[in-house]
Amino acid sequence: MLCTARRVVAPQLRGRLTQAATSPVAFFSPAALRRLASTLAILEQREGKLNHGSLSAILAAKKIGGPIHGFIAGSSIKAVAEEAATADGVEKIVAVDNGAYDKGLPENFAPLLVENIKKGGYTHVIAGHTAFGKNLLPRVAALLDSQQISDITSIESENTFVRPIYAGNAVSTVESSDAIKFITIRGTAFAPAELGNGSAAVEDGVDPKAESLTEWVSEDLAKSDRPDLATAGRVVAGGRGLKSKEEFDQIMQPLADTLGAAIGASRAAVDSGYADNSLQVGQTGKVVAPQLYLAVGISGAIQHLAGMKDSKVIAAINKDADAPIFQVADVGLVGDLFEKVPELTEQLKK
Amino acid sequence: MSSLRILVPIKRVIDYAVKPRVNKAQTGVETAGVKHSMNPFDELSVEESVRIREKKRAPGGVEDICVISAGPPKAQDVLRTAMAMGADRAIHVDVKEGEDLEPLAVAKMLRRVVEEEKSNLVILGKQSIDDDANQTGQMLAGLLGWAQATQASKVEFGEGDVVSVTKEVDGGVETVRAKLPVVVTTDLRLNEPRYANLPNIMKAKKKPLSKKTLADFGVSNERRLKVLKVTEPAPRQGGGKVEDVGGLVSKLKELGAI
Repeated sequence: MLCTARRVVAPQLRGRLTQAATSPVAFFSPAALRRLASTLAILEQREGKLNHGSLSAILAAKKIGGPIHGFIAGSSIKAVAEEAATADGVEKIVAVDNGAYDKGLPENFAPLLVENIKKGGYTHVIAGHTAFGKNLLPRVAALLDSQQISDITSIESENTFVRPIYAGNAVSTVESSDAIKFITIRGTAFAPAELGNGSAAVEDGVDPKAESLTEWVSEDLAKSDRPDLATAGRVVAGGRGLKSKEEFDQIMQPLADTLGAAIGASRAAVDSGYADNSLQVGQTGKVVAPQLYLAVGISGAIQHLAGMKDSKVIAAINKDADAPIFQVADVGLVGDLFEKVPELTEQLKK
Repeated sequence: MSSLRILVPIKRVIDYAVKPRVNKAQTGVETAGVKHSMNPFDELSVEESVRIREKKRAPGGVEDICVISAGPPKAQDVLRTAMAMGADRAIHVDVKEGEDLEPLAVAKMLRRVVEEEKSNLVILGKQSIDDDANQTGQMLAGLLGWAQATQASKVEFGEGDVVSVTKEVDGGVETVRAKLPVVVTTDLRLNEPRYANLPNIMKAKKKPLSKKTLADFGVSNERRLKVLKVTEPAPRQGGGKVEDVGGLVSKLKELGAI
């Protein structure tokens, strides 16, 4: 009952608020104000560059309604904050300039967020379901005694969200009763907010300067000139059928280059050492939803399908006519990939 | 180096190879008569704990490996499996069938368990393959105020209670270092879990398994999320096959993919 009432009342309040240009405090009690949705979208940066994929959190926040603030932290953050401030729909960017937050270590980043969430009185906090978001947000949610909703694909109302469960084999609609809703979003389900039109204010956030219990030591990131797997318009993915790392590279790279596609891999290909871990598509790897997903030598286990079945067009090349991948592929070709893929690459070049 | 008292939370889930079916009432997934097993990421946690002891990887040694699971009586099956793999003892927290705990409630329970068991290392799976939340380890670390290292593909121990963890992140790996106590969550490439052999399965039957309830840890199953409905995802229709590469190219053009 209460929840229904809130949903009905909130848009009306919001309407009146936009009409009344004067301070809303004069019109509403603090209790009524608390019911208005306001969202903090957590943005990511890396070495002084805004991660544009993280602007998806802003688009998701728009679907909730109410003011949207962006949050970003790191060293010399001003330029990044100002870039983010041009994102369409953002009212304010809360920025914390401190190199201690560069690596996104959750032990100090979580208390940082807690303080800024408390100060801003947000009802919703949204981050991407990325390595950063997954690592950080549950810790923040627990500190504020909230049950996070992970990897959502759609927002039905300010307290109702849709998310895949069981590796995407079922879709669950859940209603949250928490005062602050912590949400991670599936990047492929929400486009990044566009930059250039907005003119948000940039404001310094609170910095509690908590110590991190972990120390960042090093990183080893796969270098690639190809489009980023998670956001690429086209993905070509190879599986166990490629037989070796040499053959994987020899067959898949020319195909990817011809199509301007990112390269992905099945778990079998990754475990056999044909491709880097970071290229894995599936329940335990990346979730992609490109315009074209071309599966080469991949049988189509449910864990793999979980990572790619929302692709617009799925094509498959496999020598086994009964491979499950053909049940989801829009177009399938039965044949030896070592013959068919080079032939395909040649035809595409024309 | 302090000796390790490792706590390994494990979950009984529908077996990863089974394709789950949504029930007719659209309230959840059909579980009756469906094969269940230990969450695959939790097998990695158990394996890693046992290997730390077997390979004497921690300078202070391993004093205790305790596995815990909250769930219906059948959760004892996965606890026995974990003990057959090498865990010393088990705690079963009885929760009625169909009254699964949310990650926050599990984390609150585990916080109490950690305090009672004086654990200094908790190794959890990065996510359970039923709810796919990926939250419990991080929540537990937050509640305890401990360091956390998620999606671990390598865990190393050094002098002075230092733990170095290589983590799988987007685009590669990252290494972080912390002092005990630490919460670690496992990723697939951490190790390859062993199969429990028959003699060990027999031995595991004699290992201690204590039965508890949520009330013993002063927590209740307070649910924050109400499941309104569970549905099948929109089915995807295969579009059939083509004869040759030329057919593939023209079909892709027709579909506007190239």
